[in-house]
Amino acid sequence: MDQPGLKLLREVQELEFALIELNLYLDTHPDDEAALSTFNKLSARYAEARRAYEEQVGPLVNYGHSGPAREPWRWVEEPWPWEIEY
Amino acid sequence: MWLYEKKLEYPVRVGKKDLKMAKYILTQFGGPNGELSAAIRYLSQRYSMPTGRAKGVLTDIGTEELAHWEMIATMVYKLTKGATPEEIRRADLGSYYAIWDKGIFPSDSNGVPWISAYINTMGDPIADLHEDMAAEQKARATYENLINLTDDVDLQDGLKFLREREVVHFQRFGETLDHLQGYMDGKKFF
Repeated sequence: MDQPGLKLLREVQELEFALIELNLYLDTHPDDEAALSTFNKLSARYAEARRAYEEQVGPLVNYGHSGPAREPWRWVEEPWPWEIEY
Repeated sequence: MWLYEKKLEYPVRVGKKDLKMAKYILTQFGGPNGELSAAIRYLSQRYSMPTGRAKGVLTDIGTEELAHWEMIATMVYKLTKGATPEEIRRADLGSYYAIWDKGIFPSDSNGVPWISAYINTMGDPIADLHEDMAAEQKARATYENLINLTDDVDLQDGLKFLREREVVHFQRFGETLDHLQGYMDGKKFF
């Protein structure tokens, strides 16, 4: 993967990590309004980062969850996650 | 339903080819305290949880464990990339290669296959949550052993990330146990 693609991937990974962490925290603290508000702010930024990555590199999620597919079908393009050199 | 995301949860880097480390790390792929055990344990236990919170925590942590399972396989894949049969033999991995070639088989570092006896699904929420908390500590200890076995800082970075996740999961399971105990104290049994 080229450098611009890796930079976009890094952004997706950073935001998703924050959201995973907040999600687990909210599971056991469902009434924490500050955490919920941070979750929602990051969730909006995450959607934007995913859109930018998918535009440049290809779909992140299969089964139609990454929206309409372009021609040719890009899901099967390499590298797969374990093959990426950071 | 599960969805697959075509990316790792956290970047996995290795500084150099290291077949012996690949063998040691394999235990987190298919050993007793590994990520496969964790995922199957939590995702099996959730069906007998009495509250939405407990079901949610087990679903979310179980799903994250599958992402960690993929990170471990990536470490093994990268540490063994380009290895020749002669190098494999010298690293004392000839017996693994004879059976599985370069395939990543869910087994511990000694080649013992993964079995579901590593986990339990008691159906009793309090017993299950205690097992989960212990499992996170055992996995944390395993990651510390693995970090001690290598001086590859790139590899250590990924192992340290996984170690930290065990600590966070332990914390969330502890809160879930408190919540379940409160729920069960308030409930009448007949």
